[in-house]
Parts: sequence; C-alpha cells; structure tokens
Amino acid sequence: MIWLTWRQLRTQAGATYALLAVLAVILATTGSQLLHLYETAGADFLTRLTEADNSLYLVGALAVMALSALIGMFWGAPLITRELDAGTHRLVWNQSVTRTRWLITKLGLTGLAAMAAAGALSLAVSWWAGPIDATADGSSVLAGFYFPRLSPLMFDARGVAPIGHAAFAFTLGVTLGVLIRRTLPAMIVTLVAFITVQVAVPLWVRPALIAPARLTTPISAANFRLWDGENVKVLIDKPGAWTIGQHTVDAAGRSVAAPSWIPDCLGQVRAELDTGCLDRLGRLGYRQLVSYQPAGRFWTFQWYELGIFLALAVLLALFCAWWIRRHVS
Amino acid sequence: MSLILKARALGKKYRRRWALSNCTLDVPTGRVVGLVGPNGAGKSTLLNLASGMLTPTSGDIEVCGGRPASGTAQLAKVGFVAQDTPTYAGLTIGEHLRLGDRLNPGWDAALAERRIRRLGLDPRQRAGRLSGGQRAQLALTLGIAKRPELLILDEPVAALDPLARREFMRDLTDAVAEHGLSVVLSSHLVSDLERVCDHLIVLVDSRVQAAGDVDALLATHHRFTGTRRDPAGLPADHHVVSVHHNGRDTTLLVRADAPVDDPAWTVSRPDLEDVVLAYLGRPATDGHSPRSALEALR
Repeated sequence: MIWLTWRQLRTQAGATYALLAVLAVILATTGSQLLHLYETAGADFLTRLTEADNSLYLVGALAVMALSALIGMFWGAPLITRELDAGTHRLVWNQSVTRTRWLITKLGLTGLAAMAAAGALSLAVSWWAGPIDATADGSSVLAGFYFPRLSPLMFDARGVAPIGHAAFAFTLGVTLGVLIRRTLPAMIVTLVAFITVQVAVPLWVRPALIAPARLTTPISAANFRLWDGENVKVLIDKPGAWTIGQHTVDAAGRSVAAPSWIPDCLGQVRAELDTGCLDRLGRLGYRQLVSYQPAGRFWTFQWYELGIFLALAVLLALFCAWWIRRHVS
Repeated sequence: MSLILKARALGKKYRRRWALSNCTLDVPTGRVVGLVGPNGAGKSTLLNLASGMLTPTSGDIEVCGGRPASGTAQLAKVGFVAQDTPTYAGLTIGEHLRLGDRLNPGWDAALAERRIRRLGLDPRQRAGRLSGGQRAQLALTLGIAKRPELLILDEPVAALDPLARREFMRDLTDAVAEHGLSVVLSSHLVSDLERVCDHLIVLVDSRVQAAGDVDALLATHHRFTGTRRDPAGLPADHHVVSVHHNGRDTTLLVRADAPVDDPAWTVSRPDLEDVVLAYLGRPATDGHSPRSALEALR
C-alpha cells in the first residue's frame, strides 16, 4: 500500500519538491549575504536592502502561504475523487487490503509529505527573513513594507504554523473531493474554503486565543498614526506587537468618540500636521486605550495555530473515513 | 452441497429505492455460476454485496464462510472484477502486477506474468492506452493471480465487442479449468454465459426464478407445441413456465422430470436461452413486486 501511495503521489510530489529545492538554493545563497549585511549595517539595515531582497521577502512569504493552498487543491482534492471518477477504488478495495488501511496509508503518507514540504519551506523562508524580522518591529519608517512576524500579514508565512495549514488544506481538499465527487469543482471549492479560513482565523480566532494585553497612552504628535475618518489611531511603544484594537477614552476612562473639532483640525495636508490639535487632545485628558498581543507571544501563537489546524485535519480525516464507509461504493 | 455464497433475505436500499430486496440464494462451491437477469434485477447489487463493496441494508450474506470484506483474510479469499473493469490509466501493466503483488499475500507472480505474456501485452504499456478487451484481460489477471477461492465478475464483457467477448470468456474458462476456483459471473445475455457456465441462476426482481446445473436445467425443461388450447390439462408434476399463443398454435415451456407422452403435444428440447427467456418473461413468483411496478419506480 505504501508503494502504491508513493507511486500515485510521485508526480505531484516530485514537481513540488523540485520547485522548493530551487527556492531553497536561492534563499540559501542570498540569505547568507543578508545575514552579513545585518551584522555590519547596524541601524540602517532595512534601508540598505536591495530591490531583489525586497522581492524575495514578499515572494518567500507568498510562497509559504500559497503552498498550503496548492497542496489542498492539487494533492488533496484529487486524492480520492480521482479514484472514484475512474472507478479504480473498486479495483484497489478488492485487493487484500481493508478500506481503513488503504485510507490511513493514503492520507497519512501524502499528508506527511505535504507537512514536510510546508515545514521545509517555512523553515527556509523564516531563516532567510530572520534579520528582517528582527529589525522590522513595526516602528520604523519602513513599517508599511516590512511587517512584524506576529502581524496577520506575516504570521502565516513564518515558524511552524504553515505545517498545520498544509495538513488542514490537504484534508480539506480530500474531504471536499469526496463530498463533491468531481475533481475540478472540488479543487476550486477547496481554494475558496481555505482562503476563507485563512482570512477568518487572524480576524476572529487568533486574537482571542490569549487575552490581549492593554495599555493606555496619551495621544501626542509623536505617536499619532492616522485618522481613519472616525477615530484617532496611535502607534504604541511595543516593538513587534500586534495591535488588535484601540479606542479613545476621556479623562474619566470612558470610551468616547473623538471630539467633533478633530476632523477640521486634522483635515489638512499630512505634511503640515498641526501638532497643536493633538496636544490639545492630550491636555483635555483624552487618551488612547490599546489592546495588543506582545511580540514575545509569537511562538505561543505559532504552537496554538499548529495544534488547532492539526486537530482540524484529524477531524476532517475521521469524517472522510466515516463518509467513505457509509456513502461510497 | 457446500455453498460458497449464501444470501438470506438480503436487501439493499438507496435512499428510497430498494435495489435488491428480500433476496435468498445459494451458490454451490466449485462451479462456474452464471447470474442472469434483466437490467435492474439486482445482479450488480448482489455481486457488490458479495464482494463487500456494499453493505446490506437488511438480511445476511455469507461468502467463503465469512462476512464480505470483513478483514484482510476475507478479502484475500474473494476476487472481484468490477463492472467496466477499472484499471489505473496512469500505471503500466507491470505496475498493476506490482500493485497486486504488494497488496495480496497469496499473489501468484509467475501466473500473472505468464498470462500477460500469453496475451501479448507489453508490461511497460500504460493501462490507459489499452483497448477495452485488453483492459478487461488485465483486470481478470489481477483477479486470478490473487488466487481467490471465489472470483466474482460483474458484467465483465458488457462493454466489449463480440470478438473480445469470446476471447475473454474462453480465457476465463481456461483459467477456471487450470486453477479450479469458484466463479460467479453476471450478464444479461445468456449467450455470454452458456459457453462458460455449468450452473445458472435466473434472477428477476431480486427473486431466484430458476437455479441449477445447466445440464439439469436443459434436461428438465421441455417445449410443448400443439393446436391452441388451455395447458391446464397437463399432469400435476408439469409446471408451465411460459405460454405463447401464436395463431392457432400454442407453445408451452414446461418444467418436468419426464414429459408426458401425449399425442396432442409435440415435445422438443429448448436451448438454454429459451429456458432463461421463459423465466425472464414471468412476473415475480411471490407477486409482491411485479416487474412493471419496479420499472415505474425507476
């Protein structure tokens, strides 16, 4: 059964691992230069990064996130659906191997190969981006381009979480394939469902895994970030932290809307920001209550995320086994 | 008589439709059994239940002394060549044999290779590029080289042209003679079966209408031809299977150990197809589910 699983996986796995190997070589060669620059450049490290470094920074992150989606689509969805399409499950189920062992070997081996691919890629990309992640704490002038690794934009492309994402995407693809019974629609639905989950988790699930820390800070020209049309947003002096929410409170600590004169006062060209009106806010006792996840919780979140997605993958696999036993012949 | 397959009040329901209901049937060991019946009689469902591809909704089925697909040992005893003889299009013939080798403890590699050689097939060829007949042969090879006690074939030749049909059946006969395994094979065409089978089961609406060794079936069925009349006058041990009135003549198909010597009737020997068709034309014996009602449901 191991041989057959390997034989059926060979093409996709070969292509995926070959692409990963190419990417790994690129990352390895440029990564050591990046590390050298980091050790010698000091404070202006980020500003001295080349165009190519910036591209790789984005490509690496996108590759980690895309890999799981592709595994779900091209490894997961066709895994069993292709057999049902061609009727070959009738061939293989009538060898001297029980259906359960067939499914466990197929899911287990292919799933492990998917997790290994995602783990290796995430490891390579995390190592490469290590110097940037260590410097990009969200406070620098380049904060709009280099994101702290705890921020939702980078978190899915770092550490061990991608292993969980790959396992989940894979079993999601298998499950949807078995339910939909047609390969192409199953692949599309897998992609949509996986992206939905990847958007929903950082929005609603991850922030709530650990109760966020809170701080209250005066509003000043120094920490003012932007006016979003209704509220003032500030930066906090917590390097690499993930700001989850913030609102303005008055001197008594009650949550309030910003005073009505603020939009007029701020409604000028940003370059000529009237620091006077922000200072006036501060004098009137307005402060900003910010809830955030400190940078130090990165690995805790990573392990939580890995655990949650692995658990989801196991549940989906069990559902698949039950469904196949009950509804497929 | 030892039984290789025993079904008792067996039923299988899909959502609201019964594909097979209350089916009771015995298949003797060591025979090549033809399962014949019209489309929708439940042949395929019965064979899928026997191989364990399906689980029964009601009743019991026992194959080679065990519950179908209940474990590795049971799976090893039963070979199943599914309808349309599926194979992996992307795998070569050689890889199919390797698959059989890896997945079956009793795999007879020498037999498999010998068969492929004799069929003139190239082991390096992908199964997806084989003709229908060659694919069926490959599926049969997998079924036989597994060395099962019982080989089940579900309409194995339905998609083949007449020449490929004949070759497949001849090949099956040779394999059976060589290895002495029990075989159950279904078809809705008697002509497919009569060359191969030594035992026949006629299934209509989940009911066994007739079952027996082919020789016995032929010996106990007689065609009576005479001028048009009511067949009621025949002796009690004469069971009239079918009645056809044609102008001034009446033709009966009668089951009886020895036909009565009545000058009013001309008695002749029907062939196997005549016998089977006579049973297929009859409504189900217990009258619960007349064929027309079943057709209307579908």
